[in-house]
Amino acid sequence: MDILVCVKRVPMVGGTIVLTGDGQDVDTRMSGFTVSPHEECAVEEAVRITERDGGSVTVLTLGPPEAVEQLRDMLALGAHRGVLLETDGREWGPVATAAAIAEAVEELGAATFPLIFFGTEAADTGGYQVGVRVAHRLRRPCATGIKRLEAGGGGLRAVRERGGAAELFDVPLPAVVSVREGINLPRYPSLPGRLRAKRAEITVLKPHWRPEGLRKTGLRVPAGSARRAQMLGHGAAAVPALMQALAEMGVLP
Amino acid sequence: MTVLCLLEREGDGLAEASLRALSAAAAAAAGAGPGAGAGAGAGVTAVVFEGGDGPLADGALAELAERGVSALCMVPSAALAAYAPAAWARTLHQLVQSDAAIAVIGAATDRGHEVLAHLGAMSGLPVAANCVSFTPAGDGSWELVRQRWGGSLLEDAILDAPCALVSVLADGVMPGPDHDAAGRPNAAAGAAAGAAAGAAAESVVGSAAGSAAGLAVAETLSEGQQEAGMARGPVVRVLRPDFQKEDLLVVATEADEAGGGQSLATARVVVGGGRGVGGPEGFGVLEELAGLLGGVVGVSRVVTSQGWRPHRQQVGQTGTKISPELYLACGISGAIQHMAGCLAAKHIVAVNTDPDAPIISRAEYAVIGDLNEVIPALVAAIRARPPG
Repeated sequence: MDILVCVKRVPMVGGTIVLTGDGQDVDTRMSGFTVSPHEECAVEEAVRITERDGGSVTVLTLGPPEAVEQLRDMLALGAHRGVLLETDGREWGPVATAAAIAEAVEELGAATFPLIFFGTEAADTGGYQVGVRVAHRLRRPCATGIKRLEAGGGGLRAVRERGGAAELFDVPLPAVVSVREGINLPRYPSLPGRLRAKRAEITVLKPHWRPEGLRKTGLRVPAGSARRAQMLGHGAAAVPALMQALAEMGVLP
Repeated sequence: MTVLCLLEREGDGLAEASLRALSAAAAAAAGAGPGAGAGAGAGVTAVVFEGGDGPLADGALAELAERGVSALCMVPSAALAAYAPAAWARTLHQLVQSDAAIAVIGAATDRGHEVLAHLGAMSGLPVAANCVSFTPAGDGSWELVRQRWGGSLLEDAILDAPCALVSVLADGVMPGPDHDAAGRPNAAAGAAAGAAAGAAAESVVGSAAGSAAGLAVAETLSEGQQEAGMARGPVVRVLRPDFQKEDLLVVATEADEAGGGQSLATARVVVGGGRGVGGPEGFGVLEELAGLLGGVVGVSRVVTSQGWRPHRQQVGQTGTKISPELYLACGISGAIQHMAGCLAAKHIVAVNTDPDAPIISRAEYAVIGDLNEVIPALVAAIRARPPG
């Protein structure tokens, strides 16, 4: 089966998020970029399916020219081809992103990919919708939040956690499935994988940006999110003070 | 003019997250419309699906009335036997058209996000997910604040759409002017609504008749409402939506296997372990402490991506979100990805060798030191403590 996996380039944030001076974006000058975690798992899932059953994995991203780095990272994990929907660096909203992806899929030949993977939500914007919107544009069924996937009944059996239980969806192919981290443990890229990724050809398409009904006016760090902890001491010598703090919280047995 | 609120079920009642969504819907409705002010705006129509969960308990209807719901649209099991995301969205889509809804509000849950995304796709409308506040701007658009990065950042945004599709987070919705922090109407309004609700809850019957915009609808005023000559308890409408074939391609069935991370999500105490634990063999002492405190072990993303512990134990933006009384984070640096999972912890105590680790600026208390020294000493102290 030939599988398309859509991934998003997101800032790599460590211990703190720093905003740009105008409060419009995350300052990435000191950090760098990565692929949103759920989507890295989507790539791993696709690679495992094709290793087992044959076929190919194409990774697609919408982003600035530098997003080629993220495509190559995913090629190093075992994906075969890359497609970049190149933007001018502006932030794209979910409606425009989904439209651009659906149009690209049609251009590449929709029938080419019986299965299209997404991450359930992007690490940065957390919009929870691009995969579903693409599914509707392509008139395909869709399952989201999936933590386990098996072949079955001429389609896929997809499992999502729900409270203390699980819910199960039988999804006929062709389909769109958005997955969550935990569906697998992504591998580390191998050296041959990295070399192959470096040489792989990337298809570049240039979609049109569209305005959205939901418009960001600014970003901010929530108030009160940084404080300085009260120091209880060093090493085992701190245990009496720690015991007292736990007693005050009412959590000691 | 109405605000639709999608309610999810928990047993024969309503899910807690949905009750919060209802508060947001009531506040949005009160503030919308001409001469905006308490009660001057739109009504709130709750939408509930019986399929898979059965009928609502009697008490739930009273609770809806108390929370300012003017109409309840019920899709019976006979119309839809189980959860089907596109079918739920189709129902809302038809209601948006038939009732001229100005907003559809759901909880920021898997189902809430998913159904609103389908609705957005069907209607071509934008969707604002994970909102912590949502208020009419006065010009027909909405001012909202939504979470990014799992709550580590807030986005201020304008939502400009003929019908606003919004999912709201359980713990962040601003109460409206005439509602208290729990989203219930304030004393004066609440007492009257409560009295009406009691009457309405006992006598609601539904039967199908009539049709509007593809919806077969039966409207039933309760006896209580008729006697009192008022319409304060919710009017119940039984819907039979027109589903399309593709709406029913993906339908949920309950699997009897246990979902992961649930006990972690609700644990009263979580003992966290990160890179500082050093390897899979280092978690024994954390398990021992968690056992003593009646809690469970949670881990950081580094730990699961190393394969030291299973993903179901991961606390974080892409793992489980926890809300314990105590989160004792051991050998965890406090990356953004991790902290997004423990924002709701009441108390955070960090044990870390590095006094400059980000977690130190997010914790309430800190012990500087090696967890392999501190935690065994803590375990010994708890064991040595006189009972009671």
